[in-house]
Amino acid sequence: MQTKRMTFPGRWLPFALLAPQVIVTLIFFIWPAGQALYQSLLREDAFGLKTTFVGLENFARLFRDGSYLNSLSVTVVFALGTTMLSMTVALLLASTVNRMIHSRSAYTTLLVWPYAIAPALAGVLWWFIFNPSIGIVPYMLEMVGYQWNHRNSGSDAMLLVIFAAAWKQISYNFLFFLAGLQSIPQSLIEAASIDGASPTKRFWTIIFPLLTPTTFFLLVVNVVYAMFDTFGIIHATTQGGPAQSTNILVYKVYADGFVGLNLGSSAAQSVILMVIVVMLTIVQFRFIERRVNY
Amino acid sequence: MVENRPWANFFAHTVLIIGVALVIFPVYIALVASTQAPGELVRGTLPLLPGHHGIENYTQMWQSGISTANSPSAALMLWNSFVMAMAITVGKLSISLLSAFAIVYFRFRFRMFFFWLIFVTLMLPVEVRIIPTFQVVADLNMLNSFAGLSIPLIASATATFLFRQFFMTIPEEMLEAARVDGAGPLKFFKDILLPLSITNIAALFVIMFIYGWNQYLWPLIITTDPNYTTIVMGIQRMTSEENPQWQLVMAAVVMAALPPVLVILFMQRLFVKGLTETEK
Amino acid sequence: MASITLEGLKKTYTGNVNAVKGIDLHIEDGEFVVLVGPSGCGKSTLLRMVAGLETITEGTLKIGERVVNKLEPAERDIAMVFQNYALYPHMSVYNNLAYGLKNRGFNKDEIEQRVRIAAKMLEIEEFLERKPRKLSGGQRQRVAMGRALVREPAAFLFDEPLSNLDAKLRVQMRVEIKQLQRRLRTTSLYVTHDQLEAMTLGDRLVVLNAGQIEQVGTPMEIYARPATLFVAGFIGSPAMNMLSVDYLKAQDANGLLDNLPAGTDIVGIRPDDMHLTPPAVPHLAVDSTLALFEAAGAESHLYVTLANSEQPTVIRVSGQPPVAEGETLRFYIPREALHPFDSTTGKRTNTF
Repeated sequence: MQTKRMTFPGRWLPFALLAPQVIVTLIFFIWPAGQALYQSLLREDAFGLKTTFVGLENFARLFRDGSYLNSLSVTVVFALGTTMLSMTVALLLASTVNRMIHSRSAYTTLLVWPYAIAPALAGVLWWFIFNPSIGIVPYMLEMVGYQWNHRNSGSDAMLLVIFAAAWKQISYNFLFFLAGLQSIPQSLIEAASIDGASPTKRFWTIIFPLLTPTTFFLLVVNVVYAMFDTFGIIHATTQGGPAQSTNILVYKVYADGFVGLNLGSSAAQSVILMVIVVMLTIVQFRFIERRVNY
Repeated sequence: MVENRPWANFFAHTVLIIGVALVIFPVYIALVASTQAPGELVRGTLPLLPGHHGIENYTQMWQSGISTANSPSAALMLWNSFVMAMAITVGKLSISLLSAFAIVYFRFRFRMFFFWLIFVTLMLPVEVRIIPTFQVVADLNMLNSFAGLSIPLIASATATFLFRQFFMTIPEEMLEAARVDGAGPLKFFKDILLPLSITNIAALFVIMFIYGWNQYLWPLIITTDPNYTTIVMGIQRMTSEENPQWQLVMAAVVMAALPPVLVILFMQRLFVKGLTETEK
Repeated sequence: MASITLEGLKKTYTGNVNAVKGIDLHIEDGEFVVLVGPSGCGKSTLLRMVAGLETITEGTLKIGERVVNKLEPAERDIAMVFQNYALYPHMSVYNNLAYGLKNRGFNKDEIEQRVRIAAKMLEIEEFLERKPRKLSGGQRQRVAMGRALVREPAAFLFDEPLSNLDAKLRVQMRVEIKQLQRRLRTTSLYVTHDQLEAMTLGDRLVVLNAGQIEQVGTPMEIYARPATLFVAGFIGSPAMNMLSVDYLKAQDANGLLDNLPAGTDIVGIRPDDMHLTPPAVPHLAVDSTLALFEAAGAESHLYVTLANSEQPTVIRVSGQPPVAEGETLRFYIPREALHPFDSTTGKRTNTF
């Protein structure tokens, strides 16, 4: 990695400049991560008096534990559902906005602000409009004969958290799709239309393939978002229920550690999550390296 | 391109209006709910038009909060959120500017090691190491304090990388001219580098402020003293009552959402720049 | 003001790349010296070593009587004009000029006075409150000069300062730089790859190639007697024609080439030393075909193909001779216009 051709001399200054960042990183990132790694190899007895080294036993238990396996599959459904819903809607909106000339910026403004809403608030908002007794959506669903109740129905609860998570993420995806669309040279689209391609055909044969880098990038970002940034949505609404049907991995780490006080298991779950983040980061950077020149 | 098909335009606008309506819908409902009388929301379905109790609900929430939910006044919670968000934002920006400056403008031992150390923070979101981090903060006696709320969150690989990338685009001659002009490292940082980075700092400020304001899990575990309750986590507390007072909760939701939404609306250009560049 | 002395100056980059391979040079106080050479010859590196922007691997650098090898750029009492000007974009022109003085602790009045004088000299007074981006290329160039001027340094260092300007402005600024230096008599070291700029500006030229000095001398010395094949080819436009001695001997009926210095196997002839009419002095005559005729106004360039040779050759004549492409041309070369070289050493073979 380069520096400038010419640099400042200085023996201690660069270390002093880096110190705040490095100290915070060591104390609040590296040390706790090390602790998680360490604790994941230990087991505490019920009173927290004695800890024994158990090797990979905590991990082995997790993968035999039905509730953890359930949490894994819940996370997959939730992440895929959120990503697909949010990206599809965003792509539809972005490609429609992109053909507007005068109203483009007005629509953009109207669509970007949900980014600012905290996941927990997004959860509360959707929890409220889907509230089985006073919510407006269950009322309408009842008219078509569907009894919505996310307090009893796992699939209703899952849909609810997916809606909330996807809603908040639409603005993000929209902005990136719009930027991607605007970077496609107009001349390509003109060439395609001279070649006699209809608007729909142009979209699927020219625009969509050229958007692939954006789409792939967003795919990774959305999966990361759904896996790690949605704690607030779950915690403020379903709290993992009913019957564990929305108990995603990050929520389970918290619940098992803070509520269940099962430190060894929670630490092992942390370690598994870290491995997932590392893999996702590598995927993301591998791909970005091809796109951006560092 | 000449494409004059009125029905296509009409269709496009329809799609967008439905999209915008769907995006706005939850917030509209919150606005409506926050203006209803206390009893209105228990009696079956929510009305679709605003009621007449808005001022009274917002005033009550602003001044006293919901005592049954152990929730302090919104004024206090908003202030707490503001302090936390500002501390996180200013902290992230300052330490990232300094580290990027060190990495780009100095050659020193272990430079790559430090670079990777900072990089690693990208892979350790607070959600995945929540319990040991909590233990560290507890051991340092930082529970129930603004220091505990902000300092553990101010390390930032993204901001450091963004500034690094930006510094690399500043012409080499800028540093050389400054050195011929007799500027040392700190003078160069203050007189040349900071003023040149001002747009990038502003763009990141918008993103970081929203990040800080919207923190949820961290304040939830770090603070138990209601004096440190932030608005986002306070709302969760109000909804977990047996019978939530929805008109007040929704008033709080609107107040909690307003500051970051306003930041985005008024600084949309900087927001878009910040968002697209931090994610590269 | 001071002289600048370079003794055995070397620059080696990591990986053993020798950018500058031992330069000895003495620049007199008040002299204007131009470093000229093709890109990659080490001229910029050398200038930056003098400025203190590159470390010196080996050798001694003196400004005045002071050895400055280890000094910071700011401590060397030099000022530099950069190729891209390197103006601070967020500061007004006034502050761009004042920044170096402020850093050196000058008081406000002194700064004000110096900036005003420099601004007046460069005719940029009306732009003092503007930001650099509101200025044209030529105006920015003046500001960059002003920044050097206000410091009243011992030496000016110029790193290709005119290469970002259009051709017309370049000529104008060239004249101004020369006049300014005449007036201030400040020792100046100027880097360029443009041989015309070098010829017109310098009291002395230093022709560099591959990190070494090829020749040092006044512009006319270098033009009239290039010391090496490289200098011969680099200085002068169109470039000097190179013909092998064997070829010329075949055209030489009068034995004019019999007493060439030992080792000569190639001779250089300037395009303006080739004539379409026989001169009154001893000369050679060569036959050729006119391949291309280029009229450049006051002069014309004739690109010819020599009989029995592949060597491309160009002749410069004033005005427009009555010739047509494809026509056979006979041209004449005075014996005294030949520059004899040894192609294996690359050196000139006569030393008169």
